[in-house]
Amino acid sequence: MISPKDEIIAKARNEFSEDILRYIDECNKSKWPKSFLIAVLQKIQQKYGYLSREKMQAVSYLMDIPSAKVSGVASFYHYFNLKQSGSVVISICMGTACFVKGAEKVKRKFEEELKIRVGETTKDGKFSLFETRCLGMCAMAPVVKIGEECFSKVTPDMVKDLLKKFT
Amino acid sequence: MKKVKIKIDDRELEVDENLTVMQAAKLIGINIPKLCYHPLLSIEGGCRVCIVAIKGFDYFLTSCSTKVEDKMEILTNSVEIREARRDIIELILDNHPKECQLCERDGNCELQNLAYTLGVRERLFEGKRKKPEIDNSSCAVVRNPEKCILCQRCIRVCKEVQGVNNLSQHHRGFNTVVMPFDGDKMDDSVCIQCGQCINACPTAAFLEKKHTDQVWKAIADPKKIVIAQTAPSIRATIGESFGYEPGEVCTGKMISSIRKLGFDFVFDTNFGADMTIVEESHELLQRLKENKLLPLITSCSSGWINFMEKFYPELIPYASTCKSPMGMVSILTKTYFAKKMNIDPKDIFMVCIMPCVAKKFEIQRPEHIFEGLPISDAVLTTRELSWMIQSYGIDFKVQDEGEFDSPLGFSSGSGDIFGATGGVMEAALRTTIENITGKKLDKIEFTEVRAIEGLKEASIQVGDLKLNIAVANGLNNAKEILDNIQNKKKVYHLVEIMACPGGCIGGGGQPYPPKGYEILDRNLLKKRTSALYKIDKEKKYRVSKDNPAIIKLYEDFLTEPGSDIAHKLLHTYYHPKLPRGVK
Repeated sequence: MISPKDEIIAKARNEFSEDILRYIDECNKSKWPKSFLIAVLQKIQQKYGYLSREKMQAVSYLMDIPSAKVSGVASFYHYFNLKQSGSVVISICMGTACFVKGAEKVKRKFEEELKIRVGETTKDGKFSLFETRCLGMCAMAPVVKIGEECFSKVTPDMVKDLLKKFT
Repeated sequence: MKKVKIKIDDRELEVDENLTVMQAAKLIGINIPKLCYHPLLSIEGGCRVCIVAIKGFDYFLTSCSTKVEDKMEILTNSVEIREARRDIIELILDNHPKECQLCERDGNCELQNLAYTLGVRERLFEGKRKKPEIDNSSCAVVRNPEKCILCQRCIRVCKEVQGVNNLSQHHRGFNTVVMPFDGDKMDDSVCIQCGQCINACPTAAFLEKKHTDQVWKAIADPKKIVIAQTAPSIRATIGESFGYEPGEVCTGKMISSIRKLGFDFVFDTNFGADMTIVEESHELLQRLKENKLLPLITSCSSGWINFMEKFYPELIPYASTCKSPMGMVSILTKTYFAKKMNIDPKDIFMVCIMPCVAKKFEIQRPEHIFEGLPISDAVLTTRELSWMIQSYGIDFKVQDEGEFDSPLGFSSGSGDIFGATGGVMEAALRTTIENITGKKLDKIEFTEVRAIEGLKEASIQVGDLKLNIAVANGLNNAKEILDNIQNKKKVYHLVEIMACPGGCIGGGGQPYPPKGYEILDRNLLKKRTSALYKIDKEKKYRVSKDNPAIIKLYEDFLTEPGSDIAHKLLHTYYHPKLPRGVK
């Protein structure tokens, strides 16, 4: 008979690809295994783009760290995404120059058009809206990065057309 | 221990070098205000209320986390320190609801008391307020993060005392909130409903689920026969709510007060405790004979049972199948007593007065529905009963010395000591050893299993048999024994586990500690415990199987221990539960 503990570990291992599992096993063999929690979470985010609750729970079982601790750490650091981002990520530069040149208004227009707030993803999973720090293109402020493309001197009127380009 | 010379407020003294400034100040009679600090938990240093001035530093330091050093000069009071402490409390209050009159902890809240003693008389800071939702999902523990001040005492008690680790801080800064994994509801979390977070919380961010309304309603309903049963430890703690010193036995006044509230009968959970021992002892002898499923692990503590189902499901077969004493009294009331009195069990409203929050969970287990009826209808904590007595206007101190109703109100001394850690073990030993040897015990008291320590092990020689026993209270302490059983590292025959520190007398539903005591306070727990041993000493019968009411019950109704009907009514079963906890 398979005991509940084995079942749970097997299920947890199923969450991850071989390379992640190998990394976790390596960490577990070290002298201070639990100190590798952040490193493991980083690896998972790199691979999957975000930390789902299933993956956080799986980390808890595989590293023997209480689940509340895992989600506590993950939610503390801005670096970790707890939600899956949309297929198109919109980042609005909030650096000083962009801000002075009206990035706030552009941001509000995006929120209005997409019917989401900054940090959220549209229901269809298409767009995610984020603020970002200076992108280093101050001469062309305000700047918006959509996917891998950057758009300069963006005004609220341009938002509709920009979105159309990506739908 | 090396000594160091320090100066506190112009007073020079020599103290052990491992003391903190706060502990050193206490030695000369200065109580530095504190909020997140608890002597038995790890040091957080988060609330900053305990700040003092130390020569050489141009900022204040927290006295709970600063160790004394040689030639240290400490100032515990000055205009600036007092103002800073007051401002700290004011800032904490800024994000706290201003509705003390509506709060369960009004008059009993550490934050409220501190605000008063530190002189907060107006609210100067008006900032943004967090409005997190109340988590009402659990049938035992209600989490209200709006009242949380982030002192982390609940997190530490859950981790360091209970080893459950259900709570953690999430997010950061202004948005910080204490909650279970990924913001899960308490009901979906690894919470075991022990209620120690309620005890540890300085405000009302954690409370038990209220059952008082349904009890008032049942009492007012003329068709209902409302029956109370009181757990062994209530009589030793309820007095604290009415100004008695801890350790004062208030059995009679408690019974009279419950009757005045309008209850029709008052039974004693101690009777169920005796019953449990007789059945459990039978179970143990059976297992010893067959030499299987050893050790037998006691199953009276609902918090422990919840812990077992989530953290040690592999040990479920070892747990005694006996219902808790509460469950036994409830089921016997709705079957044996109802039949005897010719009452329809549907008309009985069974109220269990318990030191325990997890019992609120226990009564709604599907296994505790008998022929379509819940065997218990409500669970009141000691705190809730005290409140009802106060709310009714009953003057507790002048009540007569009432007595329990028969037949489910008669108990041996073994029943009384169930409320203290080691009590179930001692009670089980008394009956089991007499059952094995067939002789009366010369020495009825097993002092080796008494004492408030978290972990006790002993071996007791019974004829040719050496009984290895272990007793644990506080689940973090229990882990050692449980791991030993799981890894087959040690051989035990009988193991008693109580979820709460000190056993039921330190339960999650007991009165908040009176002035001069803290929660988990060893002195407080010792005083409550000694009350129970005192009652035991004065009892005519001290071995469960000698209880004449039990003997009669077997003659009239249950035939013999372990019989089919006894199994049907008095035994139960447990299942692994998800989410599984990480130990």
